[in-house]
Amino acid sequence: MTGSKQALTHPASSAGTAPGDQPGAARRARGRGRPAPGGSSWRSRLYRWDMKASPYAFISPFFVIFGAFSLVPLLYTAWYSLHHVQLSSLDQQTWAGLENYKNLFSSDFFWNALRNTFSIGLISTVPQLLAALWLAHMLNYRLRGSTVWRVVMLTPYATSVAAATLVFTLLFAPDSGMINWLLGLVGADPVNWRESDWGSQLAVSSIVIWRWTGYNALIYLAAMQAVPADLYESAAIDGANRWQQFRSVTIPMLRPTILFTVVVSTIGATQLFGEPLLFGGVSGTKGGSEHQYQTLGLYMYDQGWIVGNLGKASAIAWSMFLILLIIAAINLLVSRWLRTTHDHQ
Amino acid sequence: MTTSEVTLPQKTAGAPARRPMRVMGAGRQLHAGPVTYVVLVLFALVSLAPLVWTAIAASRTNTRLARTPPPLWFGGNLFRNLQTAWDQAGMGTAMFNTVFVAGTITAGTVLFSTLAGFAFAKLRFRFSATLLLLTIGTMMIPPQLAVVPLYLWMSDLGWANHLQTVVLPTLVSAFGTFFMRQYLVQALPSELIEAARVDGASSLRVVWHVVFPAARPAMAVLGLLTFVMAWNDFLWPIIALNGENPTVQVALNQLGTGYIPDDSVIMAGALLGTLPLLIAFLLFGKQIVGGIMQGAVKG
Repeated sequence: MTGSKQALTHPASSAGTAPGDQPGAARRARGRGRPAPGGSSWRSRLYRWDMKASPYAFISPFFVIFGAFSLVPLLYTAWYSLHHVQLSSLDQQTWAGLENYKNLFSSDFFWNALRNTFSIGLISTVPQLLAALWLAHMLNYRLRGSTVWRVVMLTPYATSVAAATLVFTLLFAPDSGMINWLLGLVGADPVNWRESDWGSQLAVSSIVIWRWTGYNALIYLAAMQAVPADLYESAAIDGANRWQQFRSVTIPMLRPTILFTVVVSTIGATQLFGEPLLFGGVSGTKGGSEHQYQTLGLYMYDQGWIVGNLGKASAIAWSMFLILLIIAAINLLVSRWLRTTHDHQ
Repeated sequence: MTTSEVTLPQKTAGAPARRPMRVMGAGRQLHAGPVTYVVLVLFALVSLAPLVWTAIAASRTNTRLARTPPPLWFGGNLFRNLQTAWDQAGMGTAMFNTVFVAGTITAGTVLFSTLAGFAFAKLRFRFSATLLLLTIGTMMIPPQLAVVPLYLWMSDLGWANHLQTVVLPTLVSAFGTFFMRQYLVQALPSELIEAARVDGASSLRVVWHVVFPAARPAMAVLGLLTFVMAWNDFLWPIIALNGENPTVQVALNQLGTGYIPDDSVIMAGALLGTLPLLIAFLLFGKQIVGGIMQGAVKG
């Protein structure tokens, strides 16, 4: 049964093992299989079809759902960004050309949001990744209860953006908040975390830093554990102390991982939305009284669903995407440049 | 005689496996000094303090939270605040909704990621390398790029405020597909698939009898990671759903925008919405940590 099926699927190979090794045998075997209705020939064809089609069947759910709910909408967003689409009159969509983009690029709020996204992205990503690197370095020592330490550092990751922001909003409350109280204990002046430019951006960034440092530390830790031990040994033989080992062995070996986390954090920072929204409380979509922490993500939501201009919101979304692509290209160039300069040393 | 026969191979098998690890540990993994422990305790405090304080604030009253110094220990109002959040802020409905939403998304993501991951790891087909690269590339696309058309279509379908609106777009995951692929490349021996093929097994039978058993540990980890992500998903749910049929994050968003102007109730809501995941971390923290580290090394 199994043998016959194999012979039918691979007629050439079965002919090769047959005692009468002649091209005619293979042809006969094939010819015998073709006209027979149903039976093993039908099954063999089904089998071959199964082998060919099933890989595509297995990957199709991803591509169908991704296509329907991400790729097609992405193109439609481009289409809507060239139209007047109002939330209040969804059935009236008129051609706008580049008007939405022109409005956008001449709006101070857009450039303000772009600036804020950039500065909040910088003050949330750089300290976060440095702290994560430091934390990973410590977690890489032999520790008592190493699993417990790792789980504890990851706990903020279990907290949602919304829950974390609600808590941090209270902690950063200007009058009664914990942070200003602690600042008072060490003799510092209270900071107006709601109204001041850098204060509010720092507060919003601290939520991001709190939630993601442990996660990134685990990613660095995994990469550190994959560094071959003999590299450290030979560095130690060369007389390198711990800090020099960290700089000349750990960091270069971690470069791809660091680049990976930089890319992921950059993508996250470009989309920053929930933290500034909930930090702003009742009028959250404005990003503060002076729009001091209104990010691009927030500006898009504000224009689309509060102001009700979905065409403009689409234009903002595509601008975000283009900015992301530019950043990705810069990232790629920088990493390539780093790699070549490193190789030349 | 028999016992020595049994113990002997164990010894020889165990010794060489253990020794290099110890050598490696001595050479590289230095013991942490007291300073390291102190700094780690500080990191741990920063990690946990906001969560502990959420519980403290949830056990107080609004007027107490408005006074300085802020409360540093628990009060007696926890259960009343939890009840208010559960009943009046919609956290009760939200919890049930989110269990359904996150559960469905997790089941779909794990199933579809395993199938696709298996195909990318072990099956030969045209354009497989390109399609895999494409899958990874999709991770770069921000969700903001899809929400305007999705919102318009879902309104047309009359699906606004229905849970399937939140479930459907998130039912697959590029990360999950890549994660399963990386796992199955190593964990699933190609000989096993070949053997099943020789026995005349169809692809579906191979998946059921060979792939799923081999993939089970990674499926569990991916399930945990997906559940956390689905539970915490924010942007699309707050656009697609309103307060009548919220997920946890939608309800929290409402609380944050002044639905109930009582900070202790808001904190009770935040605590309720986080508690299931904290319990999951308590039970499966090791596996979740392992999953993130596993995904990182290969990713």
